[in-house]
Amino acid sequence: MQLEQIVEQAESAIAAADSPTALDEVRVEYMGKKGQLTELLKGLGKLDPSERREAGQKINEAKQQVQTSINARKELLKAAELAQKLEAERIDVTLPGRHSAVGGVHPVTQTIRRIEQFFGDLGFSVKEGPEVEDGFHNFDALNIPANHPARADHDTFYFTPSTMLRTQTSGVQIRTMENEKPPLRIISPGRVYRNDYDQTHTPMFHQVEGLMVDTDVSFTQLKGILEDFLNHFFEESLTVRFRPSYFPFTEPSAEVDVMGKDGKWLEVLGCGMVHPNVLKAVGIDSEKYTGFAFGMGVERLTMLRYGVNDLRAFFENDLRFLKQFN
Amino acid sequence: MKFSEQWLREWVNPDISSHELSEQLSMAGLEVDAVEPVADEFHTVVVGEVIECGPHPDADKLQITKVNVGESEPVDIVCGAPNCRQGIKVAVAKVGAVLPGDFKIKKAKLRGQPSNGMLCSFKELGLIDEHEGIIELPTDAPVGEDYRKYLQLDDNSIDIDLTPNRGDCLSIRGIAREVGVLNRMDVSAPQSSEVKATIDDALSITLSAAEQCPRYLGRVVKGVDLTRPTPVWMTEKLRRSGIRSIDPVVDITNYVLLELGHPMHAFDLDALEGDITVRLAQPKEQLTLLDDQDVELDEDTLVIADDNKALAMAGVYGGKNSGVTENSKNIFLESAFFAPDAILGKARRYGLHTDASHRYERGVDPQLQRAAMERATELLLAICGGEAGPVTEAVSEEFLPQRSDITLRISRLAKVLGVSIADDSVTEILERLGFDVSFDGQQWQVGIPSYRFDLSIEEDLIEEVARIYGYNSIQAAPPAAQLRMTERKEGELSTHKLIDAMVCRGYQEAITYSFVDPKHQALMFDETAALTLPHPISVDMSSMRVSLWPGLVGAVAHNQKRQQAVLAFVETGLRFIPDESAENGVRQEAVISGIRSGKAHSEHWSEGDRSVDFYDVKGDVEALLAQTGNSAEFRFVASQNPALHPGQSAAIYHGSEKVGDIGALHPKFDKALGLNQRTFVFELSLSAVTQRPLPLAKPVSRYPSIRRDLAVVVDKHIAAGELIAAMENVGVKQLVDLNLFDVYVGDGVPEGKQSLALSVTLQDSDKTLEEAEVTELMTKFIETLKSEFNATLRD
Repeated sequence: MQLEQIVEQAESAIAAADSPTALDEVRVEYMGKKGQLTELLKGLGKLDPSERREAGQKINEAKQQVQTSINARKELLKAAELAQKLEAERIDVTLPGRHSAVGGVHPVTQTIRRIEQFFGDLGFSVKEGPEVEDGFHNFDALNIPANHPARADHDTFYFTPSTMLRTQTSGVQIRTMENEKPPLRIISPGRVYRNDYDQTHTPMFHQVEGLMVDTDVSFTQLKGILEDFLNHFFEESLTVRFRPSYFPFTEPSAEVDVMGKDGKWLEVLGCGMVHPNVLKAVGIDSEKYTGFAFGMGVERLTMLRYGVNDLRAFFENDLRFLKQFN
Repeated sequence: MKFSEQWLREWVNPDISSHELSEQLSMAGLEVDAVEPVADEFHTVVVGEVIECGPHPDADKLQITKVNVGESEPVDIVCGAPNCRQGIKVAVAKVGAVLPGDFKIKKAKLRGQPSNGMLCSFKELGLIDEHEGIIELPTDAPVGEDYRKYLQLDDNSIDIDLTPNRGDCLSIRGIAREVGVLNRMDVSAPQSSEVKATIDDALSITLSAAEQCPRYLGRVVKGVDLTRPTPVWMTEKLRRSGIRSIDPVVDITNYVLLELGHPMHAFDLDALEGDITVRLAQPKEQLTLLDDQDVELDEDTLVIADDNKALAMAGVYGGKNSGVTENSKNIFLESAFFAPDAILGKARRYGLHTDASHRYERGVDPQLQRAAMERATELLLAICGGEAGPVTEAVSEEFLPQRSDITLRISRLAKVLGVSIADDSVTEILERLGFDVSFDGQQWQVGIPSYRFDLSIEEDLIEEVARIYGYNSIQAAPPAAQLRMTERKEGELSTHKLIDAMVCRGYQEAITYSFVDPKHQALMFDETAALTLPHPISVDMSSMRVSLWPGLVGAVAHNQKRQQAVLAFVETGLRFIPDESAENGVRQEAVISGIRSGKAHSEHWSEGDRSVDFYDVKGDVEALLAQTGNSAEFRFVASQNPALHPGQSAAIYHGSEKVGDIGALHPKFDKALGLNQRTFVFELSLSAVTQRPLPLAKPVSRYPSIRRDLAVVVDKHIAAGELIAAMENVGVKQLVDLNLFDVYVGDGVPEGKQSLALSVTLQDSDKTLEEAEVTELMTKFIETLKSEFNATLRD
């Protein structure tokens, strides 16, 4: 058979091979030990030496051509096979993923964390303290002597006349000032307790109190830091007012109101300049040092921030409520 | 403190609206809670006189009347009120009147009788008053006059929430003073004059407890007629200030209380035996109070007594036996200064709270007693007649509050406020406040009037200056401080991070009350005595939690009732363990606790739908422990815990210290706790998981690791954890990982035995392990298991 014919046949056999096995059979048929082209090479010896060189060259060229075709076909078949495999592995990517449930942080904690961050960035450190308190730390050291009318306002849960559930986290400020010397910048978040329960009061709630004591701390700075805080907390520029008030542990004292969307003032925190008696009680020179203190109700801020209407929802731990904050 | 705006404006009348007035008060520190009109909207109601009143022919409960309303003809009106009778003055809604609630008065016939108007009750006019029946007006009320005009009903009740320091503002006089200061206006007190004695009767007064009562004024008034009505101008002012009219004497003392801020008391002179002594109560002394309550007095309670008995609890409450009644003819008036310390806490202790105790606790002006006495006498004589004796005053000057001047330094004012206010302005503010001021260029010497007993130190004056200057006029400035870095301990894990780790595993953070239902707590922790609140909100919130579990169980039960299938909560907080040796008798331990119940995961198309089990929760705890970077130091040891399933509970140890518990809640409690699914809990001391040792890096071996699997058969009761621990303790330093990957019981394993399959990964830091070495090391493990656990190799 003519070389050209063999190549032609081989090419069409390669093109017809529809699997790697079939293709390999074609390779053996033409290129194997007894393959047609191999046989042709073996037959070269019978030729006249003058023709041998040229004929050999042609056969080798043909072999090369066939091999190239086989390789190309092989690649093609491989790609098709892979494509088929991948197609078989096609899935519905819109089906739900596995174990995707992530829980969430309680909204009250979220607010506390935000407050901690705002004040932490200004160098305030977080301090915590006991919730069963003694009269000294909860009242006396805060300039609230026994029988003071302000004590009655606190609706205190007493265990004994001298121990109680703390009504404010201010005791932490006292404990801190007993142990550390100015300059001081602290905030104390935590649970506090008052014996009162209705739509606007729960017997337990959270406060964050702050304290800064240094040589030149003033009322203007108290206004500055709290206005700054409220604007950052609510992420809008609010109308804020400071209204004179009374706390036994600060003088002057103020309550801070923000203007609500309905044009009404909403009380959001209490504050003032630390009363000299409080500084004296912990051995700080009130002539040299001044300080400001503030306290805010975490639930109140959380309600305003996220539009929660009923305070009690925070402690029912209803998943349908909590998940909204995840 | 609730008061009538009109009444205030009689004292000081700035040209500002009610709204502006209330804003002004709030911004001065007298927070206005509410401003409410004293009467609802109505019109065409006039004063009338019932000139005829007779039974209705066809209705038992109705009467037919003719009422003079100042027109040419009297009006026919049918009335159903039992107090309707001939001769009384009434409030008549004429035809065309519109009453509150858009109630229109028209011509009508009631059971056949014409009725061309209505006689009104307080309620029908929207007036707050407890009186039943139709309004009866004083006999001198002018017939035909518009009722609103007659009673000056275009007025507001203003309610202010006074802070405890501002006892001086518990009166019209006090509030007027503030309004005068704020508006730079003079305040005019009503005309009042000293009442000359016309009789000589007097009681002598002895101050046996002068420290508690340094001043006591008494006065006898004889021949009073207490059947006379209190004039309507007085009852209306009282009503608008939230005080009900009782009888003329009580009304007058209440009026003086509101007007001047001074509590008064009146005794029935004929019930007194001998003279007056102000003293402390005697042991077990009894007193029947005006409200019929019998009390045994404590010995620190101040009383007003006659020669034989206690008459009243000083400054708090009157006694029944000496109280004034309608029949009293002769009375003894008291106007006294009781020291706040003598009154503080007493009312509360006896379960009483009165307008008098409220003021005495906060302080009254120690110089006001005589003015109050004169004012009350004057009003009493005018309303009830009678003749007054001389005022008897007993006083102990040394125990009266002593006022000294307060110094206010320019430098201190500037330091505290952070602004400098012009000296002239400061002087002017202090003078407006009624203080006696002198200024030497550096500081002010300020004499404080007796009514501002709340001011005692320099800071008090700074607040006064700031308050009147206006808090909102003081600018805001950022705080200035030296930049110092805050301590950030790398070895401390924050609670937030632990919570976040649990949140990533599907837990929802809960916040539960620190006080729980003692019944629930006692089920789980019967051997622990909890701290109990003596006065809880309710019994089911009365026991301080000794664990976070009761609260978390409550959260799970709440949600199971609401068809929530996958429940996982985590909480951090304190538990309260009574302990005599701890501060305040209680150990307040911070813990992190979790609970899971119901499904392990929400139902999923490719996963089974299975309930949560012990190992799910253990995995969560292990993940939590992994946060410490030190999991290897923690162990789980099977334990008995009364709250937990006896076969599914473990104590968690950190080294040799027990730091927590984990397990299935004992199913016998499910019903009582309201649980309907198997529930798993854990609790760990926060202190055990908030320390994270700093990593100490070691080089990573460059040589290959080799894994060998090992299956051993041991008794079923052998804990896998102990077996693993034993292998770790063999001391093979090439052991880099040991993992139990199969537990098998069944065919091929003898009864009472289990097969445990472990993968052992070995690696040497210095060389590639040879087969012979690996075999040798594995033999060590096998020998240990054989000798310690009687293990056999599984084929």
